[in-house]
Parts: sequence; C-alpha cells; structure tokens
Amino acid sequence: MSKTVRLRKGLDIRLIGAASKVRTEAQVPKTVSIRPADFHGMTPKMLLKEGEQVKIGDIVFQDKYSDTIKYASPVNGTLKAIVRGAKRKIEEIVISADATQDFDGGTPIDYASLSGEEVKSTMLAAGLWPFVRQRPLDVVADPKNEPKAIFVSAFDSSPLAPDFDFVVHGKEKEFQAGLDAISKLTIGKVHLTLNGKSPADATFKEAKGVQINTIVGKHPAGNVGTQIHHVDPINKGEFVWTLNAQDVAIIGRYFLTGKYNAKRTIALTGSEIKDPQYIDTIIGANVADILKGKITGDNVRVISGNVLTGNKIEQDGHLGFYHNQITVIPEGDQLKFFLTKGWLGPGFDKFSNSRLFPTFLIANKKFRLDTNLNGEERAFVVTGELDKVFPFDILPMQLVKAAITNDIDGMENLGIYEVAPEDFALCEYVCTSKIDIQDKIRQGLDVIAEECM
Amino acid sequence: MKFLENIVDKMEPKFSKGGKLEKWNPVFESFITLAFTPKHTTKLGSHIRDGVDLKRTMITVIIAMVPALLFGIYNTGHWQMVASSGNLDLAYGAMFWGKVIAGAAVVLPLIIVSYGVGLGIEFIFAMRRGHPLHEGFLVSGMLIPLIMPADVPLWMVGVATAFAVIIGKEIFGGTGMNILNIALTARAFLFFAYPTSMSGDKVWMSGQEADGMSGATALGDLASFMTPDAVLRGETLEAGSNVMDKFTSEYTLYDSFMGFIPGSIGETSTFAILIGAAILLITGVGSLRIIASFFAGGFLMGVILNAAGGPYLDLPPLYHLVIGGFAFGAVFMATDPVSAAQTANGKIIYGLLGGMISIVIRVLNPAYPEGVFLAILFMNVMAPIIDHYVIASNIKKRLKRVKTA
Repeated sequence: MSKTVRLRKGLDIRLIGAASKVRTEAQVPKTVSIRPADFHGMTPKMLLKEGEQVKIGDIVFQDKYSDTIKYASPVNGTLKAIVRGAKRKIEEIVISADATQDFDGGTPIDYASLSGEEVKSTMLAAGLWPFVRQRPLDVVADPKNEPKAIFVSAFDSSPLAPDFDFVVHGKEKEFQAGLDAISKLTIGKVHLTLNGKSPADATFKEAKGVQINTIVGKHPAGNVGTQIHHVDPINKGEFVWTLNAQDVAIIGRYFLTGKYNAKRTIALTGSEIKDPQYIDTIIGANVADILKGKITGDNVRVISGNVLTGNKIEQDGHLGFYHNQITVIPEGDQLKFFLTKGWLGPGFDKFSNSRLFPTFLIANKKFRLDTNLNGEERAFVVTGELDKVFPFDILPMQLVKAAITNDIDGMENLGIYEVAPEDFALCEYVCTSKIDIQDKIRQGLDVIAEECM
Repeated sequence: MKFLENIVDKMEPKFSKGGKLEKWNPVFESFITLAFTPKHTTKLGSHIRDGVDLKRTMITVIIAMVPALLFGIYNTGHWQMVASSGNLDLAYGAMFWGKVIAGAAVVLPLIIVSYGVGLGIEFIFAMRRGHPLHEGFLVSGMLIPLIMPADVPLWMVGVATAFAVIIGKEIFGGTGMNILNIALTARAFLFFAYPTSMSGDKVWMSGQEADGMSGATALGDLASFMTPDAVLRGETLEAGSNVMDKFTSEYTLYDSFMGFIPGSIGETSTFAILIGAAILLITGVGSLRIIASFFAGGFLMGVILNAAGGPYLDLPPLYHLVIGGFAFGAVFMATDPVSAAQTANGKIIYGLLGGMISIVIRVLNPAYPEGVFLAILFMNVMAPIIDHYVIASNIKKRLKRVKTA
C-alpha cells in the first residue's frame, strides 16, 4: 500500500556550500544548551538549580503545564546558567560539559514486549518525548492525544540540507528499533517517505513495520507537512505525529542500550564555510569549537538549521534541538547601488523564482546569497507567486491573509490544521512584498491553539 | 558609488527620528531606496530572500509599455500632421522626425502632468502615514497618459489623476489595497465628467480644426454607422453588409493591427502592445491566464454576435481584438494583480468575462463605443465575488474529505 507522489510545484534554491561526504568527530563541546524557544509555546519549570551537577539523561526541567513532558541533559556536567530575558522568561539553559563523557552503559530495554502506554511512559520519563512533534500546531506532541498516523521523512530537501542516507548509514539497528518503538504509539500506520529522486540507503529502504512512500519533486518535498498532505491529510480534530529521522535513531539507541545518547551528525554548510563537511556532535552543542578556523569572511550570519527555517545564533551559540545542520552565509547589511547590485541591476548574482533576473536561464548555477531583504515590506500586490512554490491543495495567500486578520473561521476552512510555518518558508522566500509569512502563520496557529484546541 | 553612500550616511541622522528633518523622512527614504537597495536584512523566518522586489516588478511593467508609448508618440504626430495639413493621403512613414517631435510635444506634457500630480499626492499621503513611497503609481502614472485622447486638456488629466489616486486608491489604504484599477478610474472620471473631451469625433486628432474633417476613431466610425446620423445620410440599417464593407476597406486589418489609425495615445497599435505582452509573459509579471482568456472572451463574443447578425454585429471577430482599447486593456489593465481576481481559476473566469463584456458593451450599446474600460472596471468590482466562489470550492473539497473518511 505504498504511495508514490509527484509534485509539480516547489523550488530548489541552489546555494554554494553543500557538505562533502566526509565525517569528522567533534570533540566534546565545552557547553551545551537547551533553548525553551525551540519548543514553541512551552514554559519550562526548572528542576535543578544553577551550579548543580547533572548526569547524561538527568531531567533538567519539565513542561510547566504538561508536567509529564520532561527534558533531559545530553551531557555529564554542571548546570552553568539559566539565562533569563524580559519578565524573567527563561531563554536558555546552559550546561558546562565535563571533559570526559560516558555515552555507553545502561541496560537494554525489551521494547518488543512493552505496550504502547509503556513505551510512551518510558519515553516521557527518559526525556525522549520532545522529539515527537504534532500536527496541527507544529509543537511538541501532547501525550494525551491519539495520533492517527506517525510520519518520518527519510530526506531533507531544504537548501544545503544534510543527506540523511549518508547520516544514518550504518545505524540500521537503531533506526529500526526506533521505528518499532514509535509504531506502538499509534493505532494507525507509521509512514516513512523516501526521496524518489535518488536511491535511498538500505536503512530506509529495508525498514520494516512501516508504510514506505515515495515522493518526487522539488523542495518542500522533504517536509513532513507536504508528505502528510499528499498521503494522509489531517482534518479538524485529528492528530499526526512527526519525527526527525535522526531522532528516531536516538530513540532506538535508547531502547537498545538503556541510555540517552544525544549524538547527532550535522552538516556544516554555507558559502562562508571553508571545506563544508559532516560533523558528529551532540544536540545543543556549542558551535564555537566546530566553527573555529572554518569561517571565511568577517561579516557573516551563523544559522542553526537551514537558511529557510533556522535560527540565527552567535558564533559561540548552540545547535538547536531539532537541527541537523549549521549554515553560515554572508550578512547583507550593505547599501546596494540600484544599477549595479541593487533593484535595477543586471542581477547575475541574484537567485529568483520569478523570471525577472537573467539567472533564470542558467539552470545549474549555484549562488552565494546574503541576508539582505532585497527590498522593503509592502502590502500584497503580486498574486499567484506563492502558489508556485506551495504544493498543497490550499490557497496560500488567502490562508496567510486569514492568519494576519485573526480570522479563525477562515483559517479553519482554508486548512490551517495541515500546515506548519516551515511549509510556508518558500512562500516567504519568494514573496515580492517581503512579508514575514512564517511568523504570520505561527501567530495564526497560536490563535487557533488558544481558541480551538 | 562610495561617495554617494557617504553622502547618504551623512544625511541620514538629520532625517531619522529626533533629527531636524524627521517629518521629511518618508520623502528622503523614497529617494534613497530608489538609488540603493536598502541595508535591511532578514529578521524573522527565512534568512535569504528572493532577489525580486516591487520596484523591479513595476519597472518591468513600465518597460513593457515603452513600445506602445513610442508608437503612440509617432502616431499622435502623424494624425496631427494629417489634421493640420488636411491631407488625408499623407504617407505614414513620411516626415518621420517631424512627427516624432510633434507627437512628443503632445504626449510628454501629459506624462509630466500625470506623474507630477500623482506622485505629489502620493508623497503627501506617504508623509502623513510615515512610510516611504509605494511603487504602485509608477505604473499608473504611465498608464493614464496612454489611455487619453491626444487633445485632452492638461488640467483635466491633472484633475482625473488626483481623483483616481485619492478616491481610487489612497482612501482604501494605498498600493495593494485598491478595488479599481487606478488608471481606468481616471479615465472613467473624465469620460463621465467631461464626455465631450473624451469621445466623439473631435478629440482623437491633435490640433484638428473644428470643421471639415472627421477625426473619429475606428470605433466611433463604426458606431456612427448605426446612429440616426447614418440613417439620415441614407445608409439604412438594411445595408448592413455594405456598411461593414465600407468600414473594412477604410480600416484594413493590417492597419488596425499595426496601429496606423487614430485613437487614444497608447491603444492603437496592437503590435506594440503585443511586444509589451511578450515582455510581461516572459518575465512572468503579467498573468497568461488573464491575457489569454481576455482575448479568448472577446473573440468568442465576436463569433456569437456574428451568429446573431445585424449591422454592427457583423464585424469580423478578429477586428474586435485589434481596434479600440481592447488589446491595451487585456494586456496592461486587466492584468493589474491588485484589482484582478487573485486565484488561478478565478483569473480565467475574470479574463473571459471581461473580454466578453467588453464586446457586448461595444456592440450593443452605441452610446459607449469603447466598452473595454467599463468592462474591466466592472470585472474589478466582480473579482472578489469570483474569488469567493473559487475559494468556496477549495473549502468544500476539504470538508468533503472529512465526510468520506
């Protein structure tokens, strides 16, 4: 019963700086951090104080309003700082890591004999639950809900994204164990969606106990949102859970070894990175050591995640909880004279989904794009451009307008339950009027969360 | 460009908040953002953005209008010479530069007045609202002179532009918020406020002496074949086919297509307009759905009316597409994304109905020989309803999924 989906809409943004398939092991980072902002809408309740010792897998804090969801420390060390912002909101929890770490040890768990409820409580207690995310709303899954299906994407199609086939290669056992465990969480199916453009690694291709689907097309083909929409769309009142492929392996590793091991392979990418490649590190790791001597140019932006959906971090910032890559691109905070580099220039250095720059004729050129907005914010004027990169049977501009105007009925009718901000990342990229569409959709989802869930 | 940047950096504090000239900041910003793409970087969401912006989109539309503008200047010069010399057989290519200069002397003041009045008002609103100038009027300001008769008094253009910008756009909130096409609002205003300057047979040739010569447009001539005038002249309605023969021999399809006929400044040459259409379609700025369905709708209605038969109804459908403002309306007016339908399927319906209604007004209502601008304004008003039903069908599909599941 596997499904093959072909997409006609979408856009692959061709950037310089894809990681070459070389893997190096990073040394243990000096600090790791957990940022509550990575888990949208969650308010942390600290269980440890500054200065206290933590061990790998110890619970650091829990969700204040859903206290079964706990967050674990990925390293042995000391709770160094709880960084607070306005109104004492916790912005970051920094743990300084010991020089030596013991990621092994622990006793394997016989997950095959566990019931769904037992798997759930095991994952909750071990701090593995935040890996499970839910649609609608695109937040950490509420363990009280019954998901109709679980979706795992076997590839990432965003710009410069890591190649999951390379990343999970050799982790068949862990990945399969993770799939077996999470498949107990749903009465429905676990869907694993492969990239139809290239043959998948055996880890994915030979996965068992799941429905394997194939999707062919440009980005956002690799987004779970796109896959859910075309395989088993969400209606009002239904829930679908989603997981990152690498995180499935982390969950599997936990059940196989009995110990939380937050190691993850990330891609170090971007036009401003010397010799982009893959690096084994830990979730939340400080990137200062990883980036040392790697950055070319001095006016750059470091992004945890990809250029479309990632977060801006400092050069000594930390890797985000869900991120599989670090991207470094030039900042674009310079004036650009209109006839040379600006709006009326020839534009051989501009990548555009419109055909207003000559580069649309050059099919394979790769670009070094900076963070300039390339214009100013305006009201929506151009129509039809969002549809070209939005492979959903949803009217994107109408939904965004409903979100901007807090029109709850409109959002429900137009399909807000099926989408996450990341699904609109390309819409935001191509928007002539430079509207922050992902933020508008997030605000719309917040209204829905408050009024309708 | 470094020295220009330095000047900007030096001037900026004066215009920014707390500076001496704070009030003028929107004006300052408008000029700076014209000369430089600003420093703004992405703050939320996607860290990189498409190279395209509204300025580039709008300038592309203006470039697409240039062929029609250049041809319009020459054509205006030609008919002015015809009118002033009284020589109807003046060769079209003769006295090239003389015609260019004569035409420019008529057309350029119109453009200057249109931009001057429009941008002036836009700046006042921009300052009141504290945002830099939005680009919408760059296109409207060029469209307005192109759809005027050559001899329209300059003050009328000024009044019409002011009316269109204030009532048509700014009271709704500015660029992107208007319901009606701005340029057509200006034209409709003049058409109903000063009908004698906007229609009839006295306005289409610049510098025409009041007596002797008929300077009507093809449409005017066509319409007058059926008016009581024509009957008085002994051309009875029964002679329908004769009338049509007479018309088609006076205006050959080739002349009408190339634009060697009197008319509004930019509308006569379907050929020049199609060059513009090609620019809009290759760059993707103009909607193929609207342009193609508009032409299809006009042609279809021409065929239907042919089948019905009657004096004016017998005009071959192809003629409908090349005379009057039909092509100009289809390519530059109907495609205005703000006032057109916004959904993909909606655009097809919008264009089709717009084309059909244009011909219906043109043929069946002799009081308005030019139906295109009224049809497009009408469709502007109807566009939200079309979109409403397209959106409703999308919603219905989603609800059906729940029921069948």
